[in-house]
Amino acid sequence: MSENLISVNNVSVNFDYQENFISKKQKIHAVNNINIKIKKGSFFGLVGESGSGKTTLGRAILGANKISSGNVIFHDDERDYDLTNINKQDLKEYRKKAQLIFQDPYAALSPRMTVRDIIAEPLEVMRITNSRQETDDRVRDIASKCRLNLEHLRRFPHAFSGGQRQRISIARALVSNPKFIVADESVAALDVSIQADILNLLKQLQNELNLTYLFISHDLSVVAHVCDIVAVMYLGHIVEMAPSRKLFKNPKHSYTKALLSSIPSIDPENKSRAIELKGEIPSALNPPSGCVFRTRCPNPCDNCRNGKTEMGLIEVEPEHWVDQCCANCS
Amino acid sequence: MSHLLEVKNLDVKFDTDEGRITAVENISLSLDQGKVLGIVGESGSGKSVTAKAIMQLNPGNTNYNNDAEIILDDENVLRFTSKDDLKKIRGGKVSMIFQEPMASFAPAIKIGSQMVEQLLIHKDINKNEAKEISINMLQRVGIADAEKRFNQYAFELSGGMRQRAMIAMALSTMPKLLLADEPTTALDVTIQAQVINLIKDIIQEYQMGVIFITHDLGVIAQIADDVAVMYLGSVVEKGPVNKILKNPKHPYTKGLLEALPDVNNLDAPLRPIPGNIPSPLDRPSGCVFRTRCPNPCDNCRNGKTEMGLIEVEPGHWVDQCCINCG
Ligand SMILES: Nc1ncnc2c1ncn2[C@@H]1O[C@H](COP(=O)(O)OP(=O)(O)O)[C@@H](O)[C@H]1O
Ligand SMILES: Nc1ncnc2c1ncn2[C@@H]1O[C@H](COP(=O)(O)OP(=O)(O)O)[C@@H](O)[C@H]1O
Ligand code: SF4
Ligand SMILES: [Mg+2]
Ligand SMILES: [Mg+2]
Repeated sequence: MSENLISVNNVSVNFDYQENFISKKQKIHAVNNINIKIKKGSFFGLVGESGSGKTTLGRAILGANKISSGNVIFHDDERDYDLTNINKQDLKEYRKKAQLIFQDPYAALSPRMTVRDIIAEPLEVMRITNSRQETDDRVRDIASKCRLNLEHLRRFPHAFSGGQRQRISIARALVSNPKFIVADESVAALDVSIQADILNLLKQLQNELNLTYLFISHDLSVVAHVCDIVAVMYLGHIVEMAPSRKLFKNPKHSYTKALLSSIPSIDPENKSRAIELKGEIPSALNPPSGCVFRTRCPNPCDNCRNGKTEMGLIEVEPEHWVDQCCANCS
Repeated sequence: MSHLLEVKNLDVKFDTDEGRITAVENISLSLDQGKVLGIVGESGSGKSVTAKAIMQLNPGNTNYNNDAEIILDDENVLRFTSKDDLKKIRGGKVSMIFQEPMASFAPAIKIGSQMVEQLLIHKDINKNEAKEISINMLQRVGIADAEKRFNQYAFELSGGMRQRAMIAMALSTMPKLLLADEPTTALDVTIQAQVINLIKDIIQEYQMGVIFITHDLGVIAQIADDVAVMYLGSVVEKGPVNKILKNPKHPYTKGLLEALPDVNNLDAPLRPIPGNIPSPLDRPSGCVFRTRCPNPCDNCRNGKTEMGLIEVEPGHWVDQCCINCG
């Protein structure tokens, strides 16, 4: 049996883009040649600034986005599912096993649905339960695991606070009894106290239900606290990947270093200025050749600067992977 | 010397369909020239309402108490009613920047035209001078191709650039007071770092006073000289940023710090503050924090205490109920 739950092999996702109907077709390189293995039971973090490709990669792994090249394998107990080559029946099965926690599912839902209906919907859509009684039992079970007040199941979600609404979306994602969860910016809009509560809940549910998470966030402090392993994305590429403590203590890629130095320290006496990156992230329509970070890198070598290097992760220390251009030049 | 800004005993109440809401109660703050006062607290604690009161931007259903004062440059801005007076606090002596820069720009007017128009209202200068000041200010905030940006619309700029343009517009009139309401909250960290450094440099250069509102204690630590912690409309603790963050006295301030993930202390568990913020419609009597406080005394628990700040060490003020009982 594989110790990994998910293998992502050389995955790229491009989107077609045409500014208007006379201009020529271009490609948005949202995700490029990604290789990751997500171990069973891990809390795998994906960080990076907006537009770096986190959501696209997460959706590709869930089979909710097309994969332009490469493949994603889900290693279930008895068998593997190859998402690039999956039939309808298997995709249905996979959907029960791999779920997304939406940041705000309510926008897409009818305001007339009660909390119970919202949590129950996946069971009904995927035809998992056979009777109303069975559905209700499962809804109550998962709602109490998510520490929702069962008396609130008949109410409408708009009456609830941000934290409670987030617990409802977690319950909705977990009701089909999945093994793998993608949490995409699940705590982004919450106040710190509620954020702490939700993060603790995710941890607790992981132990209770044997879950494996892909936790997507732009907030490095949050990722540092909850994830066992972290991959840093920039412009569609993973530039560094390591167990959290290694990554945060000893970042090796210039981008990771800049990113970590940008976190404002809670200590007022620590006034070290962030490593300031020039300009902004280039467009995914036209990413730089060679190292994608070279246009903003504080200290590129001549080869980097001229786009002569080729990207790809290498293992510089056990389990610590860094893009080879950066590892070789600095 | 008198302060640049002094807010004294301010209440802000709103009349709504469900009744009268107390959004801010009895707060007092002061700010000197060249200094940054941070205001922190969870959403709904009254931070924005406080800032808006200074510019009289709260809507028609607002009630201020009669004995409240907001003294800016020796004048009580709460007494301002004439257009000329209001002009002084809206874009004249006071400017405001927001989380969402599109709130500052009219979508159909070019950035430059808006900057020039604003300058012509507040300064005794001609159009060409206004244009020159605007372009200089766009350059000053780190916008390359300032002349080109001057002729563009806000939506044509990237997020970070728009934030800079908004700051340039706010600063071009040389306000004495800048109100910054979560200006970095929606930005990525590397862009946030750029904007924080920019604001710091600008304060140094122009010596304005700044009220910096955020829910991010890290940002406060890096930018503020003093900080006021707000909960449900009350300031529960205030003082020099060092004292507040390193030696917090109020359970709410302590709670915020314990809930915060700190990259330099990965072993610390994340401890949420128990319970939920009550609705401002049922604001607790006595100490507003008592329904969530980990160890209230009997008087607190029964709402028998009366809130009010006392000075526990020079410059460090904490709510008196808490000091007396905890
Ligand atoms: N459906 C889509 N069509 C076209 N471009 C897309 C689509 N989804 C994402 N993109 C582009 O792909 C890149 C990565 O986006 P995304 O995965 O959302 O990043 P992140 O989640 O890290 O913010 C961005 O340049 C974005 O504009
Ligand atoms: N115009 C208004 N009418 C009624 N209630 C309001 C109005 N503006 C703000 N409030 C309420 O006042 C309280 C404080 O709001 P605000 O200052 O925006 O909080 P913060 O900025 O700290 O998140 C909230 O409960 C909010 O709902
Ligand atoms: S005054 Fe009492 S209830 Fe309020 S925070 Fe202090 S100890 Fe807690
Ligand atoms: Mg995303
Ligand atoms: Mg606000």
